[in-house]
Amino acid sequence: MLKEASIRQPLILGHKTYHDITKDICGPIEGPAPREWKIAITIAAIIAIYGLSCIAYLVGTGIGAWGLNKTVGWAWDITNFVWWVGIGHAGTLISAVLLLFRQRWRMAINRSAEAMTIFAVIMAAIFPVFHMGRVWMAYWTLPLPNQFGSLWPNFNSALMWDVFAISTYFSVSLVFWYIGLIPDFATIRDRMVKPGMKRFYSILSFGWSGRAKNWTRFEEVSLVLAGIATPLVFSVHSIVSMDFATSVVPGWHTTIFPPYFVSGAIFSGFAMVLTLLLIMRKTMKLEAYIHVKHVEYMNIVIIVTGSIVGVAYLTELFISWYSGVEYEAYAFINRFSGPYSWSYWMMMTCNVISPQLFWFKKIRTNLAATFVLSIVVNIGMWFERFVIIVTSIHRDYVPGAWGEFHPSGIDVGMFIGTIGIFFTLFLLFARYFPVLALNELKTILKMSGESYKKEAEKH
Amino acid sequence: MANKVFHVMYDDDQKLMDAARALVAKGIRVKDVFSPFPVHGLDPVIGVKRTRLAIASFMYASTGTALAILGTWYFMIHDWPMNIGGKPSFSWIENAPAFVPIIFEFSVFCGAHGMVLTYLLRNGTLPGMPASNPDPRTTDDKFVMEITTEQNGGMSESDIEALINTTDVYELSIKNY
Repeated sequence: MLKEASIRQPLILGHKTYHDITKDICGPIEGPAPREWKIAITIAAIIAIYGLSCIAYLVGTGIGAWGLNKTVGWAWDITNFVWWVGIGHAGTLISAVLLLFRQRWRMAINRSAEAMTIFAVIMAAIFPVFHMGRVWMAYWTLPLPNQFGSLWPNFNSALMWDVFAISTYFSVSLVFWYIGLIPDFATIRDRMVKPGMKRFYSILSFGWSGRAKNWTRFEEVSLVLAGIATPLVFSVHSIVSMDFATSVVPGWHTTIFPPYFVSGAIFSGFAMVLTLLLIMRKTMKLEAYIHVKHVEYMNIVIIVTGSIVGVAYLTELFISWYSGVEYEAYAFINRFSGPYSWSYWMMMTCNVISPQLFWFKKIRTNLAATFVLSIVVNIGMWFERFVIIVTSIHRDYVPGAWGEFHPSGIDVGMFIGTIGIFFTLFLLFARYFPVLALNELKTILKMSGESYKKEAEKH
Repeated sequence: MANKVFHVMYDDDQKLMDAARALVAKGIRVKDVFSPFPVHGLDPVIGVKRTRLAIASFMYASTGTALAILGTWYFMIHDWPMNIGGKPSFSWIENAPAFVPIIFEFSVFCGAHGMVLTYLLRNGTLPGMPASNPDPRTTDDKFVMEITTEQNGGMSESDIEALINTTDVYELSIKNY
C-alpha cells in the first residue's frame, strides 16, 4: 500500500470505511427528494421554460429579435457562447490534467465538474446554432454530399474549426464522464431495492461487474482519455479564440489570444465549480469529502489563472500602443474610456483585483468569501468576453459606420434561460447520479483518509 | 466431475492481496476477482495481462488523421477549390496549416471514441447487459475471488477449500456449475 507524506492534509475527513463512502454518496439518491431540491428545480425549470420560449420566439421571428445591428453583428450571443464554453473547461482540466499529474484531490470534485462541463457546453452550443438563423439547416456545417455542386464547408475558416472542436470536445467529455460513471451506477444498482429504480440503474450501469480485467481496462482507458483530452481542452479554447484572432478587426487580431483565452476559460470554470460545489457540499452533506483543503487548492488555481489573465490584459494594452497602429491603439483607448468603459472597468475589478485577495490564506480558506468571489469572477469573465467582442467591433475603421449595441429582451431572456436550463440539468444530475466518483475515492481512502493517516503516523 | 466454483469473499483489499499471493504461491489458479474499485498490484499476481487498449486508441487516432487528410484534400483541393482570401487552393501541402486544427480534432475524435467502443465491447458492458458479479456487495466494500475446480485440475475440492481457509476469509460460498 502506498503511503502518503504525513505533512499532506487528509482528503477524506473523519473515520470512513469503504461502506461509509458508498452510503454517503448513494444515500441521497435512494431517499425521497428533499424540499429544497424541489423548490430549486421548480425555480430553475421556470427560468428554463422562459428561456426556451425566448428561443422559440427567436426562431419564429428571426435573428432581428436580438439587439444586433449592422455594426455590431456579434454581441450577447457570442459572449454567452464563449462564457459557457470557458466554464466547461474547468471540468476537463480537473478530470484530465489533474489525473495526469496524479492530483488525488481531484477525485472528490471531478464528477460534478465534468457534469458541469457537459451541461455548459450544451448551453454554449445553443448560441451559435441559433445564430445560424435557419436552425434546421445546422447540419450544413458538416461536409455532407449535397445537390449544390457538391459545395463543401470551408475548412480554412476558424468557424468551421470550431464546429469540429466543440463537437469533439462535447462528445469526448461525455464519454469520459460516462466511463467513470458506469462502475458507480453498478454500485447504486446493487443497492437499490425498488424494482423500477433497480432496472433503471441496471441499464445505466451497462452490466458492470467489476472484474479484475475490467478494472485494468478502466484505468487504462481513463489514462488514455485524460492524455488525449488534455491537448483537446487547450485546442478547443484556442480555436474559439481564433474565431476572433483570424479576423482583421482591431482588438481581435492578436496572437496573444489562444493562451489568454485558455487561462481565462480555466479561471472562470474553476469559479463556477466553486459556486456549485460550495452549495452542493452543504446541501448534500459532503463536507467530509469536499472540505477547506479542496477549496484552497481550487483558489490557488484561480490566483494563477487570474494573474495570467491580468498580465494578458496589460500586455494587450501595451502592445496596442507599442505596435504604432492607430486603429489598434484606438480600439484599446475606446475600451477603457469609450461608451462601454464601465464594462471594461467591471472586468478589470472582477478579474484582476478580486482574485488577488486569495493570496491571503484567511480569505482563500474562508468558504463564504470564496463563494462571493467565485460569483464575482463569473461576472467578470462574462464582461471580459463582452468587452472583447462588442467594444472591438462597435467602432472600427470607418467612423461613419460606428454604432452601439443594446441588448433586446430576447437577448437577455435567452441568456437567463440558459442559466435556468443549466441548473435544471445540474440539479437532476445531483439528484439521480452519484455526485462523487465513489469508486475512485475508495482507492485513496487508505492513503488520504484522516483516520488511516493518523493510524499510519503511529507506526 | 462437476465443476465447482468457490466464491471467496474478503472484507479488505489488503487481505485480498495477501490471500491472492498466498494461494497463487501454493499453485492455485485464481479465475477472477470482483472488486468495488481497482486493486493496484493485483493483476500480475493473478495473471491478468496488460491491456492493449492504448495501442488500439493510437491506431484509431491514426485512422482519423488519415481520413481527415484525405477529406480536406478531397473537399478543398480536388473537388471544389475555392479562392478564400487568396489562400492557396490548388495544393494540399500549401493549404495544410489551415487544416491542422481539423486534422487534430478528428484524430482525437476517432482515437477517443474508437477506444471507448472497443473498451465497452471487450468488457461486455453495453446497455441492457446483465450484471455478473456473484454478490451485490462486491460493488460496495467486499472483494470476491473466484476459483474453479476446472482450472485447478491437479487438486481435489477439499484441498482447495482447505487452502482457502488458511487465508483471512470473510465468507465462502461453493456452487456447482
